[in-house]
Amino acid sequence: MKRLLMTAAAAALALAATAFNASAADKLKVGFIYLGPVGDLGWTYMHEVARQALVKELGDKIETTYLENVNEGPDSERSIVQLARTGHQLIFTTSFGYMDPTVKVAKQFPKIKFEHATGYKRAPNLGTYSGRFYEGRYIQGVIAAKMSKTGTLGYIASFPIPEVISGINATMLGAQSVNPNIKVKIIWVNTWFDPGKEADAAKALADQGADVLMQHTDSPAAMQVAQQRGIYAFGQDSDMIKFGPKSQLTAIVNNWGPYYIKQTKAVLAGTWKSEDTWDGLKEKMVVMAPFTNMPDDVKKLAEKTEAGIVDGSIVPFKCPVLGQDGKPIECKGGTHLDAGQILGMNFYVKGVDDKFPSK
Amino acid sequence: MPLVLEKRAERSAFIAIASPVLAIALTLVTMSILLLALGKNPLMALYVYFVEPLTDPYSLMEIAVKASPLVMIAIGLSLCYLANVWNIGAEGQFIMGAVTGSYLAVVTNGSDVGHWLVIVMLIMGAIGGALWALIPAICRVRFGANEILTSLMLVYVADLIMDYLVRGPWRDPKGLNFPTTASFDPSATVPVILDGGRLHAGVIVTLAVVAVAAVMLGRTIKGFEIRVVGAAPRAARFAGFKSDRLVIFTFLISGALSGLAGIIEVAGPVGVLQPGISPGYGFTAIIVAFLGRLNPIGILIAGLFLALTFIGGEGAQISMKIPLDLTKVFQGVLLFYVLACDSLILYRIRLIGAQSKTA
Amino acid sequence: MPIVEAIIISVIAASTPLLLAAAGELVVERSGVLNLGVEGMMIMGAACGFAGAYLSGSTFVGALCGIAAGMALSFVFAVLTLGLAVNQVAAGLALTILGVGLSGLIGAGFVGQKITPAPHLYIPGLSDIPVVGKMLFAQDGFVYFSVVLVIGIWWFLYRTRGGLILRAVGDSHTSAHALGYPVLKIRLMAVLFGGGCAGLAGAFLPLAYTPFFIPGMTAGRGWIALALVVFSSWLPGRLVAGAYLFGAVSILQLHAQALGLGIPSQLMTSLPYLATVIVLVLISRGRGSTGSVAPASLGVVFVPDR
Repeated sequence: MKRLLMTAAAAALALAATAFNASAADKLKVGFIYLGPVGDLGWTYMHEVARQALVKELGDKIETTYLENVNEGPDSERSIVQLARTGHQLIFTTSFGYMDPTVKVAKQFPKIKFEHATGYKRAPNLGTYSGRFYEGRYIQGVIAAKMSKTGTLGYIASFPIPEVISGINATMLGAQSVNPNIKVKIIWVNTWFDPGKEADAAKALADQGADVLMQHTDSPAAMQVAQQRGIYAFGQDSDMIKFGPKSQLTAIVNNWGPYYIKQTKAVLAGTWKSEDTWDGLKEKMVVMAPFTNMPDDVKKLAEKTEAGIVDGSIVPFKCPVLGQDGKPIECKGGTHLDAGQILGMNFYVKGVDDKFPSK
Repeated sequence: MPLVLEKRAERSAFIAIASPVLAIALTLVTMSILLLALGKNPLMALYVYFVEPLTDPYSLMEIAVKASPLVMIAIGLSLCYLANVWNIGAEGQFIMGAVTGSYLAVVTNGSDVGHWLVIVMLIMGAIGGALWALIPAICRVRFGANEILTSLMLVYVADLIMDYLVRGPWRDPKGLNFPTTASFDPSATVPVILDGGRLHAGVIVTLAVVAVAAVMLGRTIKGFEIRVVGAAPRAARFAGFKSDRLVIFTFLISGALSGLAGIIEVAGPVGVLQPGISPGYGFTAIIVAFLGRLNPIGILIAGLFLALTFIGGEGAQISMKIPLDLTKVFQGVLLFYVLACDSLILYRIRLIGAQSKTA
Repeated sequence: MPIVEAIIISVIAASTPLLLAAAGELVVERSGVLNLGVEGMMIMGAACGFAGAYLSGSTFVGALCGIAAGMALSFVFAVLTLGLAVNQVAAGLALTILGVGLSGLIGAGFVGQKITPAPHLYIPGLSDIPVVGKMLFAQDGFVYFSVVLVIGIWWFLYRTRGGLILRAVGDSHTSAHALGYPVLKIRLMAVLFGGGCAGLAGAFLPLAYTPFFIPGMTAGRGWIALALVVFSSWLPGRLVAGAYLFGAVSILQLHAQALGLGIPSQLMTSLPYLATVIVLVLISRGRGSTGSVAPASLGVVFVPDR
C-alpha cells in the first residue's frame, strides 16, 4: 500500500513537472517584483493594473508572474534571481530600493532584459523608467491655489526622497503662478502606508486651516477626510473619485500599462534596448483624472496648463527657480533645471515654509 | 472537556521523532484540502513548497542565507527567555547593529583600507546592538520598568534613527539624494564563500555561535545559572545568583548577537545601509527560538525549516501563482501543528469518556 | 472649530482602537495567558468587519463580524495553548502570521470598495453642552463602547466574584486549581473575550476611522496595544491613560509638524514611542524595585493534574 502510494505520488509529481515545463516553453515569460501587496490601492496596485493590461493586450504570446511584498533588503536579490532562473526573459523591478540588487542580477544573467523603475543605474540589459509626476503636481498646484479660500494648502508627505521634494516644489510653483502668497503646510508621516496615520495628518492639516489637501502617500484616507470635512483634495497614484465624490479635484494616475506593453513588444520583436525612459503627461505615463468639483474657469485653466505642459509651452521648473532663501538655483539645463537636478532634488523653492528635511 | 493532557513520566524517543513527522503530515493534509478548494494541484504545490528548494544548490544556499540571521538572533533570545527576560526588541537591536557597524563603511567609502575593516565593522555592530539592548535592561534593573514595553518601543525608535541617517548625514553623495548609503567597498563586505550564490562567511559565524551556545548552556556555570534563575528564581537567590546581573548579561548577549546579525546582513547580502534592511527578522526569530525549544541545535533546525517555507512560498508564487497570503496561512498552520505535536513529547493525550466528569 | 477641540476629537479617534484591543488583552493577561497575536486578530477583525458591513450595509453587523473573526482566531489560540499546552509566545506569533494571511485572502475581494462610515451618535442634551458636548458626546458608537468596556472590565475585575477568581487564576493557577476553580475554562473565556475585543478594534479601522479596507491596514497597532497593557501595569485605569497618552502624542506631533517647527520628522514620529518608555520608567521608579507587578502565572503553561 505504502509503495503504491509513493509510486503514485512520484508519477503525479513527474506529470505536474512536465506540464509545467511545457506551458513555459513557447511563451515569453515576463516577471514583476512588487514592493507592496497587489491590493494596496497605491503604488503596487497601479503596477498590477498595468500588468493586467499587458496580459489583456499580449495574453496569447506571454505569461506573467509577480512576486508581491518583496522586501527591499536582503530578500529582493533572491526574488529577482528566482524569476531569472525560472525562464523569465523580461523582469520589471518596480521600486527604487531594488536598484542595486537588479544591477547585480542583471550582471549574472546577461541574456535577460531588466527594467528598473525610478532608479538611475543602467547596463546593456538593464533599462530604467519613471514618470514625470511633478508635471501633474504643477497642475494640481494651479488648481489648488484657485480653489483655496484660506490660501493655505496641506501636504501629506511620506519620506523626504527627491520625488516627493520635487512634487512639493512643483505644486508650489504651480500655485504661485496663480497666487504668489500661497502657503503650504507639510506633515511628514514617515510611512508610505498607514491609513489611520494618513487620516490623522489630513485632519491636523484641515484643523490648522488648510482647505486643499495634497498627498504623497498611498491610501485614500486623506481623500475621505476631505470629503467628511467638505474641503478639497487630490488623489494619488489612482483615480480616487469614489472616495471623495465631492472633494476630488483631480488625481495623478500612474499609467504604466502602455510602457509595459511597448517594452514587452520590443522584447518579442528582438528590438529591446536599454534606455532611460522618463515620460510624463505627453507620453501618457502620467495621466490626470477628470477635473471635477471646480468651476468652469478653473477647469479651463487646468486644461490649459495641462496642454501647455504637453506642448512644452509651460515648463514647471523653468529658470529662474528661486531657492528657499530667494536666491536663484543654478540652471544646469539652459532654460530650465536639468534632469539630474529634478531627479535628485534636494532643496525647497521659495515660499515653502518648512525646514528642509534632509540636509 | 473530553481531551485531557497527562504528563509523560519520561520523554519518549519515538514521539520525539514522530512528532515533527506528524506535524508535517497534518499540514500536508490541510494544505491539500485548501489547494484543492482553490483548484490547484496539491501534490505539485507541496513539491514546490518543500522539495524543490532542496533540490538545487542555489536554493540551498539561499535557505542558509535566510536562516543565518534568524538563527543568530534566536540564539541570543533563547538565553533571555530561558532566564525569564522578555526581550522582544531584537528587531531594533538588529537595526542598531547594522547602523553602528555601517558607520565605518560609510566614512571609509572609496578608500580601500584593507580587509581588517569588515572585522572591525562586525565588532562594532555587535557592540551597537548590545548597547541598544542595554537600555531596556537598565530600565528594568534600575527603575523596574517592564522590558516588554521598553524593548518593543525602541524598535520603532531604532528604525527612525536609521531612517534619519540614510536620508541625511550618511546619504550616498553620488546617489541623487536617494535614501541609501553608498554601496559598501569590497573591504567592508562580508565575503561570499561559494561561487554562484550569496552564501557568505556570516553563515559560518552563525554556526560558531550555535556551537558556543550549546557548550555554554550545557556545560558551564553561566548556563546553569541562566536556567536556574529562569526556572526557579527563589532557588537561584539562595544559590547566590544575582538576577539583576543576569538580566543585563542576557540582554547584552542577545543584543550583541542581534546587532551582529544586522551588520552581517548589511555588509553581506544587502551591501548598503538603507530602509527596509530587515524583513522583520527580529520578530520572526522569536518564533524560531520557541520552535527550537530554546535549544541551540533545535533553533538551528527551526531556522532552516522556516527559511525553507519562505523560499518554497516564493517558488509557489512563481510557478503556481499561489498568492503570498496563502503561503502565510500555510506558515501559520504549519507552526500551529508543529507546536501542537511538540506537546505530545511532554504530554500524552487521553480521551476520557463522558462518565468521568473531571475537566 | 477651535483647534484644541479639534485636536481632542482626533486624539479620541486615534486612541480608541488601541484602547479596545488593549482592554481585551488586559483581561487575557490578568487570567495568566499571554496572547501576542493581537495584531493578527485585529487585521482579521478589520477584514471580516469590512466584509460584513459591505455585504449587509450595516456598521453594526460589520462590528459583530469583526468580533466574531477575532474570537474565532483566539479560539484556535486557546485550543493550542490551553488544550494542548503549547508555548503561548510562539502560538501568539504564529497566530499573527495566520491572521495576516487570512485577512489578505478574505479582504482581497473588497479592496477598493467603500462603505458609509459609522455614524456619529449625538446624545440628546449632552451633545449640546458648549465645548465639551461636541468633543465628548458626538463620537461614533465605538468610542462610547470603548469607555463602557473599560469601566465594565474594571467593575468586573474588582467588584465581582468572577473577577476575583479570574485574578486568582492569573496569579497562581495551581492554587486556584486546588481551590476547585476550572482554570482552563476561565482562561478560555478570557482569551475569547480578548479576541473579540481585538476583532472589534480591528473592525473600528475600516468601519469608522478610514472607511475602506486595505491589507495590513492595522499597521502595527496590535503591537502598540500589547505594549500598552504592560504600560498599564495591568490596571484598567492606567490603561486608559496610556492609550490616550500614546494617541495624544501621535496627534500632537502631526500638529507640531504642520506648524513648521523645523524639528526632524523622524524625531517627531518617534515621540509617541519615546514618551511611553519615559513615562513608564518614571511611574515604575515611584514604585521602587519591589519587582514585577505582572500576573504571576502570566505566560506559564498550566496542565491540571488529576
